[in-house]
Amino acid sequence: MRRPLTLKDHHHEQRIFGVRLVVGVFLVLLLTGILVSRMVWLQIFEHSRYTTLSDNNRVQTQAVSPPRGLITDRDGIILAENRPDFSLEVIIEQTHDLDDLLVEVAKLVELDEGDLERFEKRRRAARRPWEPVPLRGRLTEEEIARLVVNQHRLQGLRISADPVRHYPHDILFSHVIGYVNRINAQDLDAMNLDQQRDYAGTHFYGRTGIERFYEDRLHGGVGYRQVETNARGRILRVLEEQPPVPGQDLRLRLSMRVQQAAYDALGDRRGAVVAIDPRDGSVLAFVSRPGFNPNLFVTGISHKDYSAYRNDHDNPLFNRALQGRYPPGSTIKPMLGLAGLDAGVTNWQRSIRDPGYYQLENDPHRYRDWKRWGHGRVDLHLAVVQSCDTYFYDMGFKLGIDRMHDYMNQFSIGQTTGIDLDNESQGLMPSKQWKKAFRNRPWFHGDTINASIGQGFVLATPLQLATATAITANHGKQVIPTLAGERQEVERTDLILQDESNWEKMTNAMVDVTGPKGTARIMAVDAQYPIAAKSGTAQVFSVGQDETYNEDELAERMLDHALMVSFAPADKPAIAVAVLVENGRHGGSTAGPVAREVMDAWLLDDAGKLNVPTIFADQVSAEQEPAADSSDAASKETP
Amino acid sequence: MSQREFFRQMPGQSGASLSPGLAERIHLDAPLLAGLLLLMLGGLTVLYSAGGESMELVIRQCIRFGAGLTAMFVLAQFPPRSYRFWAPVIYTIGLVLLVLVLVAGTEAKGAQRWLSIPGLGRFQPSEVMKLAVPAMVAWFFSERTLPPKLIDVVGALLLLGLPAMLIGLQPDLGTAILIAASGLVVLFMAGLSWRLIAVAVIVVVTAAPLMYFFVMHDYQRNRVDTFLNPEADPRGTGWNIIQSKTAIGSGGIDGKGWLDGTQSRLDFLPESSTDFILAVLSEEFGLIGVCVLLIMYLIIVGRGFFISWQAQDTFSRLLGSSLTMTFFIYVFVNMGMVTGLMPVVGVPLPLVSYGGTSIVTLLASFGMLMSIQTHRRLIGY
Repeated sequence: MRRPLTLKDHHHEQRIFGVRLVVGVFLVLLLTGILVSRMVWLQIFEHSRYTTLSDNNRVQTQAVSPPRGLITDRDGIILAENRPDFSLEVIIEQTHDLDDLLVEVAKLVELDEGDLERFEKRRRAARRPWEPVPLRGRLTEEEIARLVVNQHRLQGLRISADPVRHYPHDILFSHVIGYVNRINAQDLDAMNLDQQRDYAGTHFYGRTGIERFYEDRLHGGVGYRQVETNARGRILRVLEEQPPVPGQDLRLRLSMRVQQAAYDALGDRRGAVVAIDPRDGSVLAFVSRPGFNPNLFVTGISHKDYSAYRNDHDNPLFNRALQGRYPPGSTIKPMLGLAGLDAGVTNWQRSIRDPGYYQLENDPHRYRDWKRWGHGRVDLHLAVVQSCDTYFYDMGFKLGIDRMHDYMNQFSIGQTTGIDLDNESQGLMPSKQWKKAFRNRPWFHGDTINASIGQGFVLATPLQLATATAITANHGKQVIPTLAGERQEVERTDLILQDESNWEKMTNAMVDVTGPKGTARIMAVDAQYPIAAKSGTAQVFSVGQDETYNEDELAERMLDHALMVSFAPADKPAIAVAVLVENGRHGGSTAGPVAREVMDAWLLDDAGKLNVPTIFADQVSAEQEPAADSSDAASKETP
Repeated sequence: MSQREFFRQMPGQSGASLSPGLAERIHLDAPLLAGLLLLMLGGLTVLYSAGGESMELVIRQCIRFGAGLTAMFVLAQFPPRSYRFWAPVIYTIGLVLLVLVLVAGTEAKGAQRWLSIPGLGRFQPSEVMKLAVPAMVAWFFSERTLPPKLIDVVGALLLLGLPAMLIGLQPDLGTAILIAASGLVVLFMAGLSWRLIAVAVIVVVTAAPLMYFFVMHDYQRNRVDTFLNPEADPRGTGWNIIQSKTAIGSGGIDGKGWLDGTQSRLDFLPESSTDFILAVLSEEFGLIGVCVLLIMYLIIVGRGFFISWQAQDTFSRLLGSSLTMTFFIYVFVNMGMVTGLMPVVGVPLPLVSYGGTSIVTLLASFGMLMSIQTHRRLIGY
């Protein structure tokens, strides 16, 4: 097997090997040099870049959303709060088979198309590994229990609790408090950079009502938390924390008690009630019926619920109190009377004979009074008490539409009231200029006649009527209604009459409206305080053309709207109320009792005795100095 | 026979370059052993951190080291002559086993690499071939005059190509290439003409794209794609290499400190205790740590080359230099892949990475080196 060694030149072989070995050593050193230079490149030249990458890996800055401010009524009853909402999330990286998992989950909790669609979209969006993807919110206790029991089979599922807005009195405050819902890309786009940063961790955004108007105050400021996480996204420790600035709590001027009374008194009828404390403009009640359940909107309203609201003929999503434009009818007669007095076109002594209609010279058209055979001889006082149309046709014609327009503007009719809510309707107080500009038609005498009894072009919201009534109760001192203290700017000044006694006299006439011969006598039965009021009935001239009603419904919806404005106690007003009942026919009998309920709720104490509450500012300062009160009481006991 | 007897009879006669101490007498090479033990100790330190301070991992690694050292000790006792004698036999058995693996092997991770032998458990024939192929090629050349003639080169290529191909079919391209490389090193050391080397280099360079498109499996192609552009899929296949470079780069010059490497401790670095353990070392001990590691490897490689240079016959020289060079190739390939210089092939960092039969094989190869060193005849110089 072995060859003779003599054939091999050992020295030659060894020399070859020696050369090759040297080359080998050289190769080793060369490759080592490459490795070292690679290391130097990575660890010295690229060091800072990779340090950043490494820190980005492990350190995450998380935005911490501030707790949203609570909303209470004036007595501290909670109207909007934050509650934990349990939602189901999936950590995709932990799942074995996502499709299987979804099938399993669907057996335990309800998953609709929308849930799966949203999940799919979020799953495909750019995200960090191990970041949970939300699958469904609003888990019920039962669903949570079912999930927990089966959790061992459902790897990758997680139940998380997040604070979510909750409205404990749901439908009662729907139109005034409004609601929050999920913040969206448009909301963020509309913000500047600072705001966007502030909303970095926020999921909800005030959408309507108080929640929207006071969004800035309720939201608060974002906080930050630097956490170290592992590759699975588990937080190992908090490195740094800057707590969020909680949103401010908001104490409304609303009174739960008055709101409830107004809501209940309206019952199932469509309509609106606005009650204002004329002393400081505080809105005490703000009701529009039918309402909706704001809680449904918070985490995303289901298609079914939303279309139910949208398709409802009663239009529950419509804020009648703020945006409903109704002919004010006779409710504006006291204000027109004051305008007529101040402009000198009438006085308290002047009287006319009312044949049951009014006619212009050289015009055969008869403008009819609501009382077919007329009121006989009527002066201003009686014209208000009995709501005589003929008197106001005559006076309004003499006053003229432009002077009428200017005076009514001072009462906020045709002007926004400046309440702290967005999208307030302006209503409409027509003028010659307006008709030319918007209708491109000249002003006719008949237009003035119609406007004199709050018909024709005149449109007002229930909020405007309540504000106008509060201004009347205040003897012309301006009232800007407010729910939480802020007001929007309005161009109105105090209305100063040449003869200030006219306020008193007009109030007396309005008190007689609730007297035995007045149109609103029903509402003052057994009242413990004098009530000044004016009823109104507004003709419904058209029904929306694209709406379909059956005949009974149509007949009902052609009925007059019933209106009532009132304030009390008449000598020292502490509440002004406007009530609108759609198709309620008679202001005195339908709207009047509602107004009375609202006034009682405010003016009477639990025992049913007259006990006029202090204005909001006094109530707050009294609460802030309880010590002073008790020491007063103590000093009384020990004289 | 008589030479060995002669050597045994003259224990006291120490040459100036050779002092047979205790280690020498039990056929261990003290410098090499010291280098290896130092490296293993350092490796265990890094492993403790990479494994999340798991003592269990360290102990299991120690057991493997123990097995490897035993294999090393046993192999060191045989004289190189017997390796030369047995090389063709073991090589042939290895080939048969490789065929058996393909026919009856057990599958793991999409590759058939294991052979279950009743009573012996599972084992990878390719590990045997890591030693058998260089020994076989060295044997082949020790029988012929050097530099090799073309016909001998072809013969050697067949000897190393056949097992490499069989292993490549498993498929285990990484091991196949490394085994082929160990044979090629022998070829190179034997004095393969530079002209042929140049031709080979040209062939490889042109063949690589063809391999990519026609020979490689999808997973292998993926690795190459990832190597060329790891950022293309940072969450998927590129994740390993990005996280590994991040770990190394963030280590800087002096590192983040032992047990303080965030990349591995927070699980961002996959396979941190096995193939990617260098990233842990680089992150925690920085450039200094990497240099110390490289120096340890160079000491071992240097000693290996020294032993080969001192070896007294062609077979020993070729085998010793091949084992040494292959060891270094392991180091280079692993470090190259972890630092993003090379595609990710599953090559562990020798004696530092956790696990595998490779530890035993590696230490066994050092046993052969020690045998070459300690069975030298005193005469002849």
